[in-house]
Amino acid sequence: MTNPLVLASGVWGLTGGNLVRAAKEGAGAVTSKSCSLQPRRGYGNPSVFHWDNAVINAMGLCNPGVDEMLDELRFAIKNAGVPVIASAFGNSFDDYARMCEKMRSVKPALIEIDISCPHHEPGKKVAKPFACVARDAAQVTEVSKEACGKVPLCVKLSPNVSDIGEIAKAVEGAGADAICAINSVKAMVIDVDARRPVLANKVGGLSGPAINPIAVRAVYDVRNAVEIPIIGTGGVTTGRDAIAMLMAGATAVGVGSAIAFRDRVFKRIAEEMEIFMRDKGYAKLSQIKLEE
Amino acid sequence: MLPHRIEISKIVEENELVRTFVFDRRIIAEPGQFVMAWLPGKDEKPMSIANDYPFALSIAAVGPWSRAAHRLKPGKHMWVRGPYGNSYKLKGKKIILVGGGYGIAPLRFLYARARESKVDTTIIMGARNKKLLMSLPKGKNIITTDDGSAGRKGVVTDALEDLLKKEKYSCVYTCGPERMMKAVVDLCDRYKTPYQVSIERYMKCGFGICGQCAIDGKLACLDGTIFDDVSKFKEFGREARDASGRKIEE
Ligand SMILES: Cc1cc2nc3c(=O)[nH]c(=O)nc-3n(C[C@H](O)[C@H](O)[C@H](O)COP(=O)(O)O)c2cc1C
Ligand code: FES
Repeated sequence: MTNPLVLASGVWGLTGGNLVRAAKEGAGAVTSKSCSLQPRRGYGNPSVFHWDNAVINAMGLCNPGVDEMLDELRFAIKNAGVPVIASAFGNSFDDYARMCEKMRSVKPALIEIDISCPHHEPGKKVAKPFACVARDAAQVTEVSKEACGKVPLCVKLSPNVSDIGEIAKAVEGAGADAICAINSVKAMVIDVDARRPVLANKVGGLSGPAINPIAVRAVYDVRNAVEIPIIGTGGVTTGRDAIAMLMAGATAVGVGSAIAFRDRVFKRIAEEMEIFMRDKGYAKLSQIKLEE
Repeated sequence: MLPHRIEISKIVEENELVRTFVFDRRIIAEPGQFVMAWLPGKDEKPMSIANDYPFALSIAAVGPWSRAAHRLKPGKHMWVRGPYGNSYKLKGKKIILVGGGYGIAPLRFLYARARESKVDTTIIMGARNKKLLMSLPKGKNIITTDDGSAGRKGVVTDALEDLLKKEKYSCVYTCGPERMMKAVVDLCDRYKTPYQVSIERYMKCGFGICGQCAIDGKLACLDGTIFDDVSKFKEFGREARDASGRKIEE
């Protein structure tokens, strides 16, 4: 990777062309939109809008289904010139296994399983995202790991839990090669004139600058619980935000909503990180740590 | 930005399909830009801005959302966020605006800007029949209808080709069904005339984050909706994507 910045899942990554564009704009790696066995139209609009220093969304995991997505991924892998991460989700453990099996056929750099979407509740029996129950998180990791073959597996965790460290430990124990933290923060916005939640789905996920401190804390907790690499994601908008993620314990840094807050955001974050490192005399990313 | 509640001050019946909703306020926007318009409990849709002051939206009753909009009366509200997207840019001193159906709405807004800048402007407005035409400002106007019930019988590109054959124009601006715009672009390429088209794709965010409105690796809501290089696109006039992101025929 030319820089540690990773385009986060669900931002732009619905098409191969969009993933290539993110790479051209300076992302060090790109993640595709999470996809499922069958196509999903997602929730109705409004499904995403700005709220103050944040974005709130309930897209409803719209995606063209894995078969079409594999074409988009092939296009991206061929043309992006940076590592491509394939994101998958399902409604059952078995779905995840089947998804990983399909995805590994295009040889992505990493398969990321999204088990943490705040507005997706798989199946009827499990009332919570798998990332919210340690046992479920471990089990879905185990079946996915087996289905991934040689492709490394990254598990995307949720901030909507009381102890993210415990979940991270369970996921690591079940064979995950990396962790991505965090997905968006469960949230709701009400329009008081309309006397209604604005999102068609009522509940969605908050992302963008406002959630950065939540994400930094979550990454810090995960780092204290596990050894595997972490893609620290959540509200990173500037070079200093990215450095803070690394200090909290991240290995790479996810960037999503920031593209709606700054132009040329990947290049600018990368430049700002370089300047910071030069000023402070850091030669390598791995030297960026909290003071002991 | 949260959707803003605004009160409808006037409704103009343009024809049997289209009504223009006028709001007693100003929006700082340029022709070609759009807003996301929400009716609580219903959908939210991208709508071209039909005028800046007073702010106006021309809405055709083509689906459940727009039919619900048509049931609103002055004094009622819509919720909008925006403006989003880029805009038409005036180029040169002699231009043509080509509107198909209610695609003429943002071009009337552009016409007002062109007139302020003293640009020589010809409007070509086409529709299936007389009942689907909209009113035009006084000027050099050419009307075409498929059935000949008003103006010249035929399609907008017939009239456009006659003009391009005779004289050089600095730019052609178009908005309407994509197949019509594709025919306009093909003509412009043939007559080596610059063009600007307004691309419509299924939208969710409107500000370039969700990736839904992708066309050839570009985003209709962020890089467009106005493009001047669609001849190079593989998808223009051929394919679009539905709400799931699957490819469908345009
Ligand atoms: C519009 C939108 C769609 C998203 N879709 C997905 C998704 O499909 N899968 C996923 O794992 N995360 C998804 N996310 C979450 C992001 O990947 C990221 O974890 C979160 O937004 C926090 O990072 P940010 O503040 O940099 O955006 C989405 C976020 C946004 C704003
Ligand atoms: S509508 Fe979301 S990127 Fe254009």
